[in-house]
Amino acid sequence: MDLAFTQDEEDFRHGLRAWLADVLPTLPDRPDPADWPARRAYDCGWQRMLYDAGYAGLHWPKDAGGRGATPTQHLIFLEETERAGAPYVGANFVGLLHAGPTIAAEGTPAQRARWLPPILRGDQVWCQGFSEPDAGSDLASLRTRAERDGDSYVVSGSKIWTSHAEVADWCELLVRTTPMGPGTPKHRGITWLALPMDAPGVTVRPLRTLAGTAEFAEVFLDEVRVPVDHRIGAENDGWRVTMVTLSFERGTAFVGEVIACRRVLEALARTAKANGRWDDPVLRRRLGRIAAACAALWRLTQWNVSEAQRTGGVPGVGGSVFKLRFSEVRQELYEAAAEVLGPDALDAGHEWVADRLSSLSYTIAAGTSQIQRNIVAERILGLPKGR
Amino acid sequence: MDFQLDDDQRALRDGMRDLLERRFPRTRLRTVVDGHGDTAPLDRALWRELGTAGFFALRLPEAAGGVGLGLPEAVLAMEEAGRTLLPGPLVATQLAAGLGAGNTVEGSAEVAAANAVEGAAEGAAVVTALDLGPGADRLVEHLASADAVLVLSGEDAEVLPAAALADPARPIRSVDPATPLHRVHPAFEAVAGTGAVGAAARLRREAALLTAAQQLGSASRTVRMAVDHATARTQFGRPIGAFQAVQHLCARMLVRAESARSVVYAAAVTEEARDIAAAKLLADEAAVHNARDCLQVHGGMGFTWEADVHLHLKRAWVRAGQWQTAAAAEEELAAGLLLTGETGL
Repeated sequence: MDLAFTQDEEDFRHGLRAWLADVLPTLPDRPDPADWPARRAYDCGWQRMLYDAGYAGLHWPKDAGGRGATPTQHLIFLEETERAGAPYVGANFVGLLHAGPTIAAEGTPAQRARWLPPILRGDQVWCQGFSEPDAGSDLASLRTRAERDGDSYVVSGSKIWTSHAEVADWCELLVRTTPMGPGTPKHRGITWLALPMDAPGVTVRPLRTLAGTAEFAEVFLDEVRVPVDHRIGAENDGWRVTMVTLSFERGTAFVGEVIACRRVLEALARTAKANGRWDDPVLRRRLGRIAAACAALWRLTQWNVSEAQRTGGVPGVGGSVFKLRFSEVRQELYEAAAEVLGPDALDAGHEWVADRLSSLSYTIAAGTSQIQRNIVAERILGLPKGR
Repeated sequence: MDFQLDDDQRALRDGMRDLLERRFPRTRLRTVVDGHGDTAPLDRALWRELGTAGFFALRLPEAAGGVGLGLPEAVLAMEEAGRTLLPGPLVATQLAAGLGAGNTVEGSAEVAAANAVEGAAEGAAVVTALDLGPGADRLVEHLASADAVLVLSGEDAEVLPAAALADPARPIRSVDPATPLHRVHPAFEAVAGTGAVGAAARLRREAALLTAAQQLGSASRTVRMAVDHATARTQFGRPIGAFQAVQHLCARMLVRAESARSVVYAAAVTEEARDIAAAKLLADEAAVHNARDCLQVHGGMGFTWEADVHLHLKRAWVRAGQWQTAAAAEEELAAGLLLTGETGL
């Protein structure tokens, strides 16, 4: 058990720190969160700076244009950028963390050459068309249809919870190419397509969240023609193609967020000290308990990254444990924030109140906590399949 | 960074598990619990065997006849002890074995005790502990079986013969049938002797961490017990583990145990006070709550004396009260939030 970094890792950290100190002061002001085109421009500008400095696609394989960094280097990158207050991946999330790695793993040489370099340079933004109104936790029951017509698929259906749809150039789209039936289990018959968002028949309708902002959208597809050469992997093999990407996860998914939690927690303590609530031992102990929870998330991250580095694979037990705990801790943190704020907790203009509202999505997004517990029970603990 | 067990650490853990499976199987635990009421004497032969295996001398330098390992290894060994509910003042005896001259931490301001407790390192002596610090509960475990008591008072530590507590200590009826307890009179104060000056803070930290490791072992064990029962027990024509309500209880247990593991192991590496506070807090919580949930999964059987579940819960209560309690750990962690500097993780 070793928490110390190697000389190579320290050198990488120092090089990155120096670069961040140089470039962060040159960044433009952060855009208005409601201005999607401005957000896209800002996020893509940052991605271009990373690209020019050689930090783009750090964790991507070298033959896909990435740097083939180790999981530990990726951890250091995410830690340092968060500590320095650098921009988040933002609009480039799907391209860099999902669609890109999928194309890198399963695409033809022509497909890789077409789509990967623009993602790394921050020239093209991707969004994700997976969930549907009737296919959430049960994603494999998706029904958006794609019928083959010559060199194209003709796609009709609707997608939901699509972030950045308004400003995306491409969508990684899961469609059904063979209907579900007695001979075709629902996981078969799904195909992965790269959908150009400007194709005729694509309609984007923003969805307003309970926080009052439009963080994602519905995407309606009405006989949209998608060329067959936009298909990644074989027809009807899209479920496996999608799962391959999950194997790119090296325990680094929420490094920045864990550090951000700790920073907010320290700010809560200072605020409570200033407004007198710190004198309440119940509040102090509550914050102390969250500090322990944050520490556990950070150590789990280090544990998972070390495991990924050793095995070259996906963290096992620790990955699910982290996801479950992280979602809860985010919510516990902002519940405590409301106590620290007192009456200000009802002022929706306060940053922590907005974050309290967004934190409500954490036990739902990317696999609800209930589904996660089913997975832990059946796949890790080996309990009989539930019903 | 390689925050995983290395090969030697795995071997040490597996060796300890083998030793305890052979020498302290479930039947032995039940003999302790069912045979003596609440005055169960310690198994001296097993204590000596642990000593021979290097359990108490684990962290002594090789030059002093020890194994020359560190806190991570001690944590792994204690975790195995906690898994089997091995009774006894394991932590106090291991700490007392390290008190002698030549065993102080290099560069620290501590003055070593004149001598380590004779026989502690070999498992020939049983040393229990008494913390006289503010807020401590003044309970002493296994006093009747002990040869000596490690007393922490203020900033110093000293070792008294167990007989010195004969008068001020009175037995209570311990909730844990395998851990006899005495309560020491509030007026009792240790007499400064040939103690280890300035060692108390370090010893309290290490005791809290090593106790947390035992709690972690228990918390992991009750996950397994719950899963085994949920797989074997059939109702409504299927194993109860096929019901989501039961599955989710078990999943929550695993999350508690693995969260605790990550901070316990990290604290063993860093040895920092706030890491240890997080370790004790989360390991206590995991041990207590996992035993509770394990009891629930066992249904009516869980409420019986015959099932082992209650032994995990009761031991977890005893260990949670020892060294750093939840309140103290939370206050220490809260205080850390106000320190200035880089975001602390």
